[in-house]
Amino acid sequence: MYRYDEFDEAFVRERVAQFRDQVARRLDGSLAEDEFRPLRLKNGLYLQLHAYMLRVAIPYGTLRAAQLRQLARIAEEYDRGYGHITTRQNIQFNWPKLKDVPDILGLLADVEMHAIQTSGNCIRNVTADHFAGVAADEIEDPRPLAELIRQWSSAHPEFSYLPRKFKIAVTGAAEDRAAVRVHDIGIRIVRHPASGEVGYEILVGGGLGRTPMIAKVVREFLPKGDLLAYLEALMRVYNLEGRRDNKYKARVKILVHEIGIEEFRARVEAEFARLDGPSINADPAEQARIAAYFAAPAYENLLPESGTFEAARAANPDFAAFVEANTFPHRVPGYAALTISLKPIGGAPGDITADQMRVVADLAERYSFDEARATHIQNLVLPHVRKADLFAVWKALVAADLATANAGLITDIIACPGLDYCALATARSIPIAQAISTRFADPVRQREIGPLPIKISGCINACGHHHVGAIGILGLEKSGKESYQITLGGDPGEKAALGDILGPGLSADEVPDAIERIVARYLDTRESGESFSDAVRRLGPAAFKSALAKEVHDAA
Amino acid sequence: MPPETAITLVTREGLKPDRFRRDLETSAPRLVPLDTLENALASNGEIGVEIANTVKAEALLPHFDRLALIAIAFPAYGDGRGYSLAKQLRALGFTGTLRAVGPLIADQFHYALACGFDEIELPAANAARQPEPQWQAALAQRSLSYQRGYDQPGNILERRRARRGEG
Repeated sequence: MYRYDEFDEAFVRERVAQFRDQVARRLDGSLAEDEFRPLRLKNGLYLQLHAYMLRVAIPYGTLRAAQLRQLARIAEEYDRGYGHITTRQNIQFNWPKLKDVPDILGLLADVEMHAIQTSGNCIRNVTADHFAGVAADEIEDPRPLAELIRQWSSAHPEFSYLPRKFKIAVTGAAEDRAAVRVHDIGIRIVRHPASGEVGYEILVGGGLGRTPMIAKVVREFLPKGDLLAYLEALMRVYNLEGRRDNKYKARVKILVHEIGIEEFRARVEAEFARLDGPSINADPAEQARIAAYFAAPAYENLLPESGTFEAARAANPDFAAFVEANTFPHRVPGYAALTISLKPIGGAPGDITADQMRVVADLAERYSFDEARATHIQNLVLPHVRKADLFAVWKALVAADLATANAGLITDIIACPGLDYCALATARSIPIAQAISTRFADPVRQREIGPLPIKISGCINACGHHHVGAIGILGLEKSGKESYQITLGGDPGEKAALGDILGPGLSADEVPDAIERIVARYLDTRESGESFSDAVRRLGPAAFKSALAKEVHDAA
Repeated sequence: MPPETAITLVTREGLKPDRFRRDLETSAPRLVPLDTLENALASNGEIGVEIANTVKAEALLPHFDRLALIAIAFPAYGDGRGYSLAKQLRALGFTGTLRAVGPLIADQFHYALACGFDEIELPAANAARQPEPQWQAALAQRSLSYQRGYDQPGNILERRRARRGEG
């Protein structure tokens, strides 16, 4: 894991002092609220429906035990004892007081954390594959790349007042677990087809929100050393040319869409050609310095299979079900990556209590080389657990109510905070997730249905990524009532697709029945071993329309 | 018409009176809009041009050797196009004075200077609300930076490189 050197540390401390001063200047009237707002947003501080919300960055989702314990302390001392993992691998606290925020930022700096650029019209927290360094299908660990971009984008003098927010995701694997095609910039680590050299494929103009779009390739192969100069060129084109007349048309996806990817590429390449790369890029020694922090931990030489593990699995069906749903193959024999689901049946997706954070911290320290990850699916991961230790970890998770065996299943629902917290929301999200989760609580039935990612957004801004849910649910407000639109066939991965709207909106009460009918249609029509997403791809969303029809008829 | 109020500029070295005037009948250096630039350049005296942040940097390239000042409008402080335009003008070789004109705030001072600006011209009300010491204080809050190629102090990558060289 990356560790701050004295410069990183001093940089973050300066930002804390600066924010403390900004709060003071707001309170004495030097700064108007309009002027203060972007400043607080650039430190992750929102004003929500009921209170301030502080969004803390977890760069590319990676956490150490000491950091988790500090988050637990902040949750207890400054919040109501819990935090909320977001769809950008961050954590949000929903109830801090403005006057306390500089102190909270100080506590974060004590453990090499910050809330820099988790909001505002700037480059946001860079996200990465949560199985980085673990997955066997990886060309290279994407985290050194993400860390380099984190540093480069921090308080960037030229790109801190962009037309709109800007999100970057990176992956080094063949399977896209980072949703790079629905980001403003997606970066894939690739091998050059001819030379075999490792470099980057750059995608641009993806995004969700009210105008969802799949990203397009703007550069097929960028040599690694050219990254920062290329990003500078691309960001400059966007900063100068991106629309500022309408905030809903200000994302780079709209610029790419309006001028076309060829023209956008030509402008970026022209700017890139003018730049003096060597005076901008990080030199190889700096790249190597960062990469060294992500060297593989000291794995033991283990047999691929563990006798104790297999025995425990055979003797304990609950443990076996947990292993089946929540473990991911590790590239190193004898190890597994473990998903800790933050989606208990009927719970609020992504919420975690301070006590649970401490349990995960202890487990990470003891069993996973002091490392945990936050995922954009709003779960946590212990990336490097010996198979022989899985049973002990599971028992500890059971005791902490953290052993829900549903990773990737129908109750592993992404949901934004929605109208329960958010000032932008037009409908509730969490209660819809809870109702669906409760409806499909039966673990046997969940396993029979198989992987089925449901994603729920409480407004058109799509923080719950509903466009790329196998089943997406969008909460809107229609004549004073909440109305939920169902989409089908979305996919955030390498087969990226946006879901099709299935029919007219439903009331909150009707949603679980509608999901039930869609699932029943799938179970009736699936071919052997065919996942929900594959079935929708084969049959087309229209084949599921009639499943919704009865609901609509009843609603009319 | 009342006489033009003397404009005060915020600079790295502190407040500074504006030598340039926007009225046409002046013997002082003149600041003119882009559409009258050709005429103004035909006369003697120091000339500055005031441009919107949508003007292409290359459009001014032919005039660089005659222009003492380029003033870039910031229509709102959240509109960051001026930073990129300034960076491009410097990259194209403009060595005269670069001015940001608009309701910037002290916290943006560092960014403006880093992108190549020399001075900020504030609306009077903004200047009154944010006294000069706040600008210098905001600058002092930023002693370190990660980006190379910008005019800002404490480049972390260079420092790391220096340390590696020493080690």
